[in-house]
Amino acid sequence: MTTTPYDRAPGDNSPSGRPQEADAYPLLVYTTGLFLAVLLTATSFWVANTSLLWPPGVALGLAVLAIAQMGVHLVFFLHITTGADNTNNVLALAFGVLIVALVIAGSLWIMDNLNANMAMPMNELMDLHMQH
Amino acid sequence: MNVAVAVHDVRPEDMVGAAEAGPAPKRTVVAYGFWIFLLSDIVMFSAFFAAYAVLVRATAGGPTGAQLFNQVSVAIETACLLASSYTCGLMSLAIGSQRQRTTYLWAAITFALGAAFLALEIREFAAMIAAGAGPQRSAFLSAFFALVGCHGLHVSIGLVWLVVMMAQVAIKGFAATVERRLLCFSLFWHALDIIWVGLFTVVYLMGVSQ
Amino acid sequence: MNLLGKLSWDAIPFDQPIIMAASGMMVLGIVLVLAWVTLKGWWPYLWREWLTSVDHKRIGVMYCVLALLMLLRGFADAIMMRSQQAVAAAGAQGYLPPEHFDQIFSAHGTIMIFFMAMPFMIGLMNFAVPLQLGIRDVAFPTLNSVSLWLTASGILLTNISLVVGEFAKTGWVAYPPLSELQFSPGVGVDYYLWALQISGLGTLLTGINFVTTILKMRAPGMGYMRMPVFCWTALATNLLIVAAFPVLTATFAMLLLDRYLGFHFFTFEGQGNQMMYVNLFWVWGHPEVYILVLPAFGVFSEVISTFSGKPLFGYRSMVAATMAICVLSFLVWLHHFFTMGAGANVNGFFGVMTMIIAVPTGVKIFNWLFTMWGGRVRFTVPILWSLGFMVTFVIGGMTGVLLAVPPADFQLHNSLFLVAHFHNVIIGGTVFGAMAGYNYWFPKAFGFTLDERWGKASFWCWLTGFYLAFMPLYALGLMGMTRRMQHYDDPSWRPWLILAAFGALVIMVGIACQIVQLVVSIRTRAEHRDATGDPWNGRTLEWATASPPPAWNFALLPHVFAMDVFWASKESARAKQSVAKDGRNYEAIDMPRNSATGFVTAFFAVVTGFALIWHIWWMAALGVLGAFATILVFAFREHEEVEIPARQIEQFDRAHPAGVVP
Repeated sequence: MTTTPYDRAPGDNSPSGRPQEADAYPLLVYTTGLFLAVLLTATSFWVANTSLLWPPGVALGLAVLAIAQMGVHLVFFLHITTGADNTNNVLALAFGVLIVALVIAGSLWIMDNLNANMAMPMNELMDLHMQH
Repeated sequence: MNVAVAVHDVRPEDMVGAAEAGPAPKRTVVAYGFWIFLLSDIVMFSAFFAAYAVLVRATAGGPTGAQLFNQVSVAIETACLLASSYTCGLMSLAIGSQRQRTTYLWAAITFALGAAFLALEIREFAAMIAAGAGPQRSAFLSAFFALVGCHGLHVSIGLVWLVVMMAQVAIKGFAATVERRLLCFSLFWHALDIIWVGLFTVVYLMGVSQ
Repeated sequence: MNLLGKLSWDAIPFDQPIIMAASGMMVLGIVLVLAWVTLKGWWPYLWREWLTSVDHKRIGVMYCVLALLMLLRGFADAIMMRSQQAVAAAGAQGYLPPEHFDQIFSAHGTIMIFFMAMPFMIGLMNFAVPLQLGIRDVAFPTLNSVSLWLTASGILLTNISLVVGEFAKTGWVAYPPLSELQFSPGVGVDYYLWALQISGLGTLLTGINFVTTILKMRAPGMGYMRMPVFCWTALATNLLIVAAFPVLTATFAMLLLDRYLGFHFFTFEGQGNQMMYVNLFWVWGHPEVYILVLPAFGVFSEVISTFSGKPLFGYRSMVAATMAICVLSFLVWLHHFFTMGAGANVNGFFGVMTMIIAVPTGVKIFNWLFTMWGGRVRFTVPILWSLGFMVTFVIGGMTGVLLAVPPADFQLHNSLFLVAHFHNVIIGGTVFGAMAGYNYWFPKAFGFTLDERWGKASFWCWLTGFYLAFMPLYALGLMGMTRRMQHYDDPSWRPWLILAAFGALVIMVGIACQIVQLVVSIRTRAEHRDATGDPWNGRTLEWATASPPPAWNFALLPHVFAMDVFWASKESARAKQSVAKDGRNYEAIDMPRNSATGFVTAFFAVVTGFALIWHIWWMAALGVLGAFATILVFAFREHEEVEIPARQIEQFDRAHPAGVVP
């Protein structure tokens, strides 16, 4: 078993120093990615506009489809794999995703809580508006 | 590609893992640095996303997203940006095989698609402002214009960068530095499409489907 | 349309004598220094060797110089606040009117955090990390220079605000609605925002640079578990920079959009949400304090193991604790605003997380103690700072755990207890770490050690002064005194504040000792020259180079076969073989070329920032175009590297008997 002498540059098709391990049919990879992305995007638009789905499930479905689309971009366009030569790239991405999740989820939880506890009664709010 | 190899066929130097192999090649270093920058950019977008999510109902008696957003326009914008991501990939292939004219061709198409995206977005903004739904109308609209506008600003910078890169290809050919920078550009351009996926899902589709 | 926007002669505060005096002194000082440099004919040397340098060692030194200068500026603010509070009791108004006092405490916080503590830590990391990793420079040297000069731009803009216009009066956190246009119509908040956006960009670029360097560019053989602990803490620090600073950029951008374009993120009108600023600010703000303290922890690890003559106890748990702090620091930020109205479950979650994050730090303290246990500790100046840190930081940490309890925080939030706590940990941690690192690595940077006696004097003054200045504040906080008070009614507070003012004076003596230390050391440098490159019998690779190291750091990249590899190679039999330099195969080395890109980009950044502050739109546009043009010039340059001939490397190597290189 050979171990990887070098990591792969993110976005590169092949490991550094071993261009012979690139995808055999790169055009096919990109085209497959495009096709899948179009499919997922069209599905998203349908999900947002249809009345066939249970309404609370719409938001969840859209989120899932969005994550799938991002995955398609990462795998087919950015060549992010789970190989040993990609570990650093995947770890960095995972760290970024963790921070994004904490910022968004944390902020929503906190702000929701604050708004619920600190919201002024509606008539006072309208008074403030009237003054401007 | 893991093919079993007899142990004595492998040179000792090759048995060292990537962590102990010494400084990585410049292409890897530059691309990884840019990858880290992209992650920082995505964190910045997440702050704008968080602000948008908090303020999405703060319409101050003004128009809501459902009243304002035009799904046809958004669909065309999405198609343009997705297609431009694809053509950017084709451009990367041309760069890899050092075909200069093909590179210019796919770069021009990528530019045109990106510019079309921007044109549609600017038209959308102008129409909203003309109808009194500009960013000064409410906190929701402030958050909308800031988030979507930030993405549009990134696309504009990308287009300028693409032009500069084509000038570099014309002057320096496919020098190592030029190839590294083109790799960074393609990372940037694909990342913008990834952010757009989040944007159009959360802002437009979820906004419309309330 | 006014060609100069809001700028006019009214911007200079002729009617405020104290500010005019301070401005006058500052301008005079700058003019004198510039005149002296001109008269001595040093400009060509300075330009060639320092201002356009992309060498991490030079950049590190310049960061530390900026930090030390801004320490003086921020400390002057501190002296003014302490003296004002010592007199302004029970009807007395003191000598600083409220509008001025508000600018002073805002400037003090902004300068000390962004322009003293950050540059000092970044400077130490710049200097030491590539040397410890056994490499020649960071991943992106020109970008490193850009980062330095963008930080300097922020510093320049902040100092310009003293002379032209005003600074923010909102405190260093600039909460809306006070920081919105309605309640801060002047330029003060704009100075604050643009200075920090510009220097924040520089810091973010540093983060990217060092994460890439540490993860992708270590000497051959240096796997992750053979990296010095300072490099691990540098990695965690820079990961935090990359993750947190973008949030600050976005938050300030939102406030700028509110102020410049009438957006409604945080205004009363339009249903803006002021609490969201507080939330997003502290999403950045909490990781920021770990950015400040983690490099200091790394310095202490190096210093304690070196001067105990023992390897660091518990290397793996140190690494684990560092990376745990890195992740946990993103799970505690609400403790900065417990009182803002969140419910018990939210407050409770963040309170518990805040207590949990104290655990890895406790692990580190025990590791340092066990490192010293059984070793022969040499009581040099760096070790004194480390011992002072351990006592002081633990006290500060304990008051932090106390504040982490939400009901307790309801009593103590924004009181002087809080002020005492954060000064306790920042001074005990970051500042003491900076002083330890400064004394520790000074001989490597300049080729001679600092004077020990003046160093010890400065330490004892700082330590005593700190306790005299800040322990009273804990008492005052418990007695009910709020922070940022320009005057107060309760005369029983006054004796404590007088004691605190006296403590500040003792610290001032400590700072004076440090200035004397530097002057004396330079004067007597021949007597304590570092000829071997290894003045402390060090353990890590930076001590395997000459003092100061050549531009290329190592003639041959070292092969790292163990942790603390320099120590291991000194101990092992290999030392006898590799001391002989005759068998070496010297090759030419390509080093990055010096570049004016950083300096010139920063110049345009200052122009743009100043123009935006004063609403001089044409000048702002020119500034942006100038910066863009500078980047283009860099992008199209022909030669990126300069080749150092093998002969020159060989000559230097033979002339300097730097320690064994594995």
